Amino acid sequence: MSTKVEAPVPEPLSLERNGVELTGVSRSFGAITALEGLDLRVRPGEVMAVVGPSGCGKSTLLEIVAGLQEPDAGSARAGAGPSASSAATRRAACAYMPQRDLLLPWRDALGNAALALECQGVARAEARRRAEPLFERFGLADFERSRPAELSGGMRQRVAFLRTLLPGRPVLLLDEPFGALDAITRGSMQEWLAGALLAEPRTVLLVTHDVEEAVFLADRVAIMSARPGRIVATLHVPLPRPRRLTDARLVELRAAALEALA
Amino acid sequence: MTRVLLTAALLVVFVAAWQGVASLDSVDDLTLASPVETLDALRDDWSLLWDNARVTLVEVALGLAISVAVGVVFAVAMHLSRPLRDAAYPLLVASQAIPIVVLAPILVLAFDYGIGPKLAIVALICFFPITVNLLDGLRSVEPGLLKLMRSLGASRLRTLRTVELPASLPYLFSGLKIAATVSVIGAVFGEWAGADEGLGRLVLLGNNQLQTPRVYAGIVLLTLMAVALFALAALAERLACPWNREERPE
Ligand SMILES: Nc1ncnc2c1ncn2[C@@H]1O[C@H](COP(=O)(O)OP(=O)(O)OP(=O)(O)O)[C@@H](O)[C@H]1O
Ligand SMILES: [Mg+2]
Repeated sequence: MSTKVEAPVPEPLSLERNGVELTGVSRSFGAITALEGLDLRVRPGEVMAVVGPSGCGKSTLLEIVAGLQEPDAGSARAGAGPSASSAATRRAACAYMPQRDLLLPWRDALGNAALALECQGVARAEARRRAEPLFERFGLADFERSRPAELSGGMRQRVAFLRTLLPGRPVLLLDEPFGALDAITRGSMQEWLAGALLAEPRTVLLVTHDVEEAVFLADRVAIMSARPGRIVATLHVPLPRPRRLTDARLVELRAAALEALA
Repeated sequence: MTRVLLTAALLVVFVAAWQGVASLDSVDDLTLASPVETLDALRDDWSLLWDNARVTLVEVALGLAISVAVGVVFAVAMHLSRPLRDAAYPLLVASQAIPIVVLAPILVLAFDYGIGPKLAIVALICFFPITVNLLDGLRSVEPGLLKLMRSLGASRLRTLRTVELPASLPYLFSGLKIAATVSVIGAVFGEWAGADEGLGRLVLLGNNQLQTPRVYAGIVLLTLMAVALFALAALAERLACPWNREERPE
């Protein structure tokens, strides 16, 4: 996927001030403790990957940052300003891409991509007009009028990406964005995302259980323990971009991450 | 296609059995008209039957329209307000326990022989499946979608309009299909309690005057009406939510 992605952003982002900070975050559901005393900092403009075993609380962690849940203890900040710890401010600062694409089956691809803009009060026709030019750059040309059921898994994911990116929010929260894709599509989508982030840097918190994906995309990789989830190690990935999956140093880092996970 | 043929075959078997039973010597002609006699009545009394059928059809159509409007308003209100839902649900169920046969004459007393009591009775039976089904639909919307809408900063009303209502359209149509089939019965009850015209009244009159074939002709028309309304609702569903078919892996 050599599709070039340019900023679908109406105004320039002030990356300097838009980071993520979790301090001593705990969260339980009844008897299940999903997160306990979790600390995590994502610097503005940094791509941070979080890897961990299934069920360790990765989605819970993202939803807390996104302002969709509150921690039982500890504090969560996302975005800029003194109010960055309120859930409403976190919601406004974060573009959250859920684990499943959650496209509306009755809307065509263009309507689905435009949804985020509509929610900000942009009229439907205007929102569609603004989303349309991006379809080509996202490798979706000629599929504007297709309903989700008519799209391939990779295309659905790209529509979901478009919906996530369009409102131009500074912090990007991705929950296993490629988890449901086959290996070949996943590889090309990873390259596509790397290119997109190179063209338009954002603060990214990427959750995955694919260690290779983490070291390929991220500046730093945080390793989570099994439930209750905590960050047990953080790995730096000091490799220049564009990266190649076959790079020997990348393979080395992948082995180190796997070891930290075990 | 094979489904249509099967239905036709079943229908033929049924009519043949009906003709057979009606031809038995021990069966009184006044109790059971044969299909042939019924067909004769349909032909001979067509203009009378059709005039009355049109009256009943108007009652049913208007009654259904009212029940859709009422049903949607009730379901949405109960969906938006939890206390209202808890308070109103038992009352909704109770409304279906009202014996229509007793209620109809009272309504006629109150509103006279006009169309009013018929609409009230049709709407009373029909709003229930619509409300209950739509409410189920609104409550079973994928929680992830609601989370997504919240993260996008959508207002309650926008989430209702762009996600919850479209997602529960198939449920609304399920309710409408049930309503369509029982609506005709409602109109007949309404006419029995007091009316100047309508198929229900014609059937009742025919019964009293021992015009058995005409009674059967009326029943056939009422049945066809219910089937046609059901088919219409099913067609509307297919046009309104084509995605619902694509989604389901047969
Ligand atoms: N709303 C909830 N109610 C009850 N339990 C929950 C809820 N959300 C999460 N949990 C529990 O919290 C734990 C962590 O869930 P979470 O979805 O965050 O894990 P995850 O790391 O994202 O898993 P996966 O890799 O499978 O996506 C799980 O044991 C889950 O059962
Ligand atoms: Mg998860």
